[in-house]
Amino acid sequence: MKGKVDPMSARAVGIAGTPWRGKLREYDLFKELTVGVSVMVVLTVILALVLGSPDEPSVTLKSWANAQTADFAATATAELGGTSETAQYGPPYTNTKGATQTIGALDLQSLSGVQLPVNTANAFVLDPLATLPNQPTEIATWRAATKAEQAKWTDTYATALSKAPKSAPLNVKSGNYGPVPALIGDLTAMAQSGALDGVIQAQGNAYNLNYTNEILFLGDGQYFQNLAADQHLTGDQWGMMNETGGTPGQSWLWLFSFFYQIPPFSTAPNADLLVVGVMLILTLLLALVPFIPWLRRIPKWIPVHRLVWKDYYRKR
Amino acid sequence: MTQDERLDREPDVHTWTGRARVWMLKKLPPDKLLPEDQPSYVASWIYVFGMGAIGSLLIVIASGVILSLNGPNWYHISALGHFVNSLHLWSVELMFLTMVVHLWGKFWMASWRGGRALTWITGVGSFAVSIVAAFTGYLLQTNFDSQWIAFEGKDALNASGIGAWFNVSNLGQMFMWHVTLLPLAVGAIVVLHVVLVRMRGVVPPIDAAATDSQLTGVPATATEPTEAKVN
Ligand code: HEM
Repeated sequence: MKGKVDPMSARAVGIAGTPWRGKLREYDLFKELTVGVSVMVVLTVILALVLGSPDEPSVTLKSWANAQTADFAATATAELGGTSETAQYGPPYTNTKGATQTIGALDLQSLSGVQLPVNTANAFVLDPLATLPNQPTEIATWRAATKAEQAKWTDTYATALSKAPKSAPLNVKSGNYGPVPALIGDLTAMAQSGALDGVIQAQGNAYNLNYTNEILFLGDGQYFQNLAADQHLTGDQWGMMNETGGTPGQSWLWLFSFFYQIPPFSTAPNADLLVVGVMLILTLLLALVPFIPWLRRIPKWIPVHRLVWKDYYRKR
Repeated sequence: MTQDERLDREPDVHTWTGRARVWMLKKLPPDKLLPEDQPSYVASWIYVFGMGAIGSLLIVIASGVILSLNGPNWYHISALGHFVNSLHLWSVELMFLTMVVHLWGKFWMASWRGGRALTWITGVGSFAVSIVAAFTGYLLQTNFDSQWIAFEGKDALNASGIGAWFNVSNLGQMFMWHVTLLPLAVGAIVVLHVVLVRMRGVVPPIDAAATDSQLTGVPATATEPTEAKVN
């Protein structure tokens, strides 16, 4: 910068850049800290007592299969046929072609690779069924079939299921679905008993703190989504800022949530990547305010500081 | 004699320890770290919000420590546990509230002036790291909310290539981030932020001039006549 330094910059010059040599007032740091903590304790206790915190019980495959058997069966069919959202998600779960969000050549999702592989047919349907004491013989039939046969069975069964009265598996007209109805029927029964939750969760281990499979399976169905929508938690309901029971959620994500509501983001297939990118740029801009001339001069143009230092300016 | 001159004359300091002590005392002498007075312009409600954020952060930590004693299931089954969970939630909400008011206060006061850019940047850093810390907290609720947040939150992380390593449905991983890594990060950056504020002193009003009544006619004993010095 030539000549004069911008007084709104971060340069350590002038009165702002040198120790204060003017009038002082008494100040007690520890007293202020004590008062500050005490006030916040009182406010926190009041809010906690009056508003509490939500604790809506978790959803299980058991509660889902019992509450909405048809939705569970349809989702399980999609998992078996590899047509569910998870089955076609792309990295980090599957290597589905063209499923990633990109900006031009930037494809961070593919770059990260399939680090958490999920084969929905095996993980959500066939492997759990194989743990049953009386293994369904249909597992072998399925495994022996060609990819084309499998796809035809699940497709026709999915269509028949959607057309059946109440979409109920029991009301499906007979047809050429191969082993699919038996597999889905057994899986549904397994889910209704609660056994499926345990098997999907444990994945052969006594200890397992990783809920990826269970959450992905739940998310592929309508039941979980509808429960969330009822509580205003979905993306188009500014869900990030809410919690169940009308408790405020992460309200500080308002801007992040806002971008999802407006075009071009609201309709973009790569909305997540775009919004993350915009938020990163905005955060960087905020951090760099002291170095960006037009940004750092805004407080001078809009003189809110006159209110803050009212006393000082009056006594000039 | 000023503090700096006194320190410069400290005899024969040649060990790392000694030099570190001299450097620290020079940068942050005890009366700057724990002051009993402040410039006359430090007289506004806006100054309490930084302290409010510290206060709520301390409650967040204290309530989090109590929740840790019994582990994550405690609050589903115990009324006391649920109350402590509510304290944890609401101190977080208050921390963000005070922090955001503080942020905007500092923006309109252009508090980065006079060599305070790093104070501002560590402030933005505190905000950013706190957001991640709060997010991981929401994932630990082990109830419907955490299931849904894990399901919805994964997409933005996966799209940016982070989800492959930072798996929001992996409760074990999120637990570690929430109770060790992120609290350490928030704590470290907030301490740095506050130490920087004490080192630099509170920023004077925009347009403050040497001719202002509060800078002229101050009795010589009020402050030591230090040289104009850049930190
Ligand atoms: C956990 C979060 C934070 C805590 C605990 C905190 C704490 C504090 C405290 C106690 C002060 C001195 C008193 C005051 O002016 O209020 C301060 C000053 C300051 N804070 Fe923060 N802060 C936080 C976040 C932020 C954020 C998000 C920003 C801005 C982006 C920020 C920018 C500043 C600046 C520039 C100063 C210097 C003010 C001056 O020289 O007058 N801080 N902070």
